[in-house]
Amino acid sequence: MRLQFKIYRFDPQRDNSPHYRTYHIEAEPEERVLDCLNKIRWEQDGTLAYRMSCGHGVCGSDAMKINGRCALACQKLVKDVVSQEILVEPLPSFPVLKDLIVDLSLFYAKVDLVRPYLIATSPPEKERLQSPEAQHKISEAIRCILCACCMGACPVCQSNEHFLGPAPLVQAFRRIFDTRDEERDQRLQEIDTPDGVWGCVNHFECTKACPKDIKVTKHINILKKAIKEPRS
Amino acid sequence: MQFQHDVVIVGSGLAGLRAALELAESTDVAVISKVFPTRSHSGAAQGGICAALGNEEPDSWEWHAYDTVKGGDYLTDQDAAEVLAQDAIRAVYELEHMGVPFNRTSEGKIAQRAFGGHTKNFGAGPIKRACYAADRTGRVILDTLFGEAVARAIKVYSEFQLLDLVMDHGRVAGVVAYEVATGEIHTFHARAVLLATGGFGKVFKTTSNCFANTGDGVYYAYRAGIPVQDMEFVQFHPTGIYPLGVLITEAARGEGGFLLNGVGDRFMETYAPSLQDLAPRDVVSRAIMNEIRAGRGINGKDFVHLQLSHLGQALIQEKLSDIESFARVYLGIDVAAAPIPVTPTCHYMMGGLPTNIDGQVLRETGEPVPGLYAAGECACVSVHGANRLGTNSLLDLVVFGRRSGIRMREDLKKLDWPPFPLDSAHGTISRIASIKHRAQGERASHIRSSLQQLMTENCSVFRNHDDMTKALDAVMGLKGMQERIVIDNRGSVFNTDLLEALELESLLGLAETILVSAIARTESRGAHYREDYPERDDANWLKHTLVVNTADGPRVSYKPVTITRFQPKARTY
Repeated sequence: MRLQFKIYRFDPQRDNSPHYRTYHIEAEPEERVLDCLNKIRWEQDGTLAYRMSCGHGVCGSDAMKINGRCALACQKLVKDVVSQEILVEPLPSFPVLKDLIVDLSLFYAKVDLVRPYLIATSPPEKERLQSPEAQHKISEAIRCILCACCMGACPVCQSNEHFLGPAPLVQAFRRIFDTRDEERDQRLQEIDTPDGVWGCVNHFECTKACPKDIKVTKHINILKKAIKEPRS
Repeated sequence: MQFQHDVVIVGSGLAGLRAALELAESTDVAVISKVFPTRSHSGAAQGGICAALGNEEPDSWEWHAYDTVKGGDYLTDQDAAEVLAQDAIRAVYELEHMGVPFNRTSEGKIAQRAFGGHTKNFGAGPIKRACYAADRTGRVILDTLFGEAVARAIKVYSEFQLLDLVMDHGRVAGVVAYEVATGEIHTFHARAVLLATGGFGKVFKTTSNCFANTGDGVYYAYRAGIPVQDMEFVQFHPTGIYPLGVLITEAARGEGGFLLNGVGDRFMETYAPSLQDLAPRDVVSRAIMNEIRAGRGINGKDFVHLQLSHLGQALIQEKLSDIESFARVYLGIDVAAAPIPVTPTCHYMMGGLPTNIDGQVLRETGEPVPGLYAAGECACVSVHGANRLGTNSLLDLVVFGRRSGIRMREDLKKLDWPPFPLDSAHGTISRIASIKHRAQGERASHIRSSLQQLMTENCSVFRNHDDMTKALDAVMGLKGMQERIVIDNRGSVFNTDLLEALELESLLGLAETILVSAIARTESRGAHYREDYPERDDANWLKHTLVVNTADGPRVSYKPVTITRFQPKARTY
């Protein structure tokens, strides 16, 4: 089918301000939006820039706004987004570096803030034991691929750049509810701030946007509950 | 700019990060990567990492070593396979200690499941050896190692693309890299360089590999005169989603899924009576292609079905949820109700830069190149021989990544600073300038898609002399067209147009070595199946292929396989 794409363009070396450019391509309903962008770039306009790598929703490189919703371009098919004109824009809340590429350095710094690694001393000779039930507590959180779709979709992130944001909170959750981690209370204390877990006011936009189907808001609310009800 | 670090590691997947962790305390180490580390392709590994932990049933590392050797159709170097299988146990416990969220047994131990070609008691039947975190094992290990790198404040140059390896009088002096965000060309002066740049599945059209897998590390080393080894051995994973090529993990069959042809037969019973659907990947891919060629694809088309519906929703959600999502998103299929259309997809390169078991890159003479190391898919140790077993790749990355790190730490004591040639980046600068200034010519994307089509049609699961020779002629023609590449984008900020044009040289150069090696090997072994030479020929071909770049083109030579405890036998499953 013939499709019309309207794509946000900004080249800091040439443009004073962003603008939109329209492209027409032929694509099958089962093709990915990423395939469409590649057709545009490879056949029509090599100046278009976006990140991509795995092409199937695992690496998290190609997060962008498609028809107003934050998503991975490799996970949206033409038939999912087909409309008179498909609008493609960079993730909101982040500085645009070029076209659909945003500066994620503040995002990565926020992930680093939650100390995204296990803190545990004196490992046994073999594995630490953990029950399947205990492992299940984090089995959804470990799906996070740091694509930042949730950050782009979050209304709080858009108005308050100090808010830690959904993905870093999911990263914190992954360690806090890992029974092997020894700094649970310390970690909970660190996010018990207005710009930490309490910055979230339950818009649920992160949950709707998450390409890995993580119930992000629910995870944040479980963190809030853990702060309010310390373990006996 | 010129940067200087004792050790520069190129690639931030599991091999690169694991090596960096080994060096972080003692050494000034930096990692450069064309993508942000968590975007590395190690993250796409799904099914598991194997080790003879014996958590589900008795196991031994010797059985694992045997399976690895037999899986590799006896081209595996057995000293390396012994190291891999023996060290696997320590390596998996280490990952657990770092925080990898493995699935668990009811006793709380690391859970294990069956995988292709892994057996008990030297081939007596399938064994549960693969440790896993649902079907996102690679991704959670990558996240864990990246977290460790954050904890140790390891310097990472993200979105820096390798454009050359700098040599000085036969030893490594550093690398040239391109900063994607700014277009600046930087040099990195180093006492040691570890290449951990992964595979190059993008040589083929249908592949499970990411766009970044263009083999830059292997190619730039080859261009600098380092040999490449066993390039003809390319793994086609049996179950790529038709027609996209996205991977459906072998764990789907490890958990009890099976393949069906167009007449509803479980055809693997015929091809591998003992292991059936859990035969190694080369065997299963050939079986699928045989069924398709015999007209027994689904509705006569070029795919078969992978059935999982009998496994039930609960098991699928617990252990295979990513592939459930891939089938839903890309095909609109609920795997709990309907089969998945699958066909072989280019997945893994057994070949690469020849190394010893400590990651030192070897010349044709067997002497190490001072200061140069390689680990992971870009290296050929060779633990995988002619066909890699599933779950042995994640293991290879952490075992040999660590060993390379240890070796570099030792070697640094005697590796002084090499002189850094002042004109190191000149070639790269003029190469870029000539592409940017060309007004008209061929788009890189057209040359690339011709290459990918040629390789998929002529050098996949089934091969023969005539088709490959035709393909090699055509590839030489495409190489000639490189001089005419033109790009739209002459800017310097995130110029992916330029970078893809540069990557094309890697793809073409490596495709040539694959074809040259495959044409020369007149036997069938592992993933290299010749229709015109269908039998394995140990008398003439129990040897590794080496290809060296010379002024007259690629020169092929051979080196012996290391055999310690398993004498070559007929390979049946």
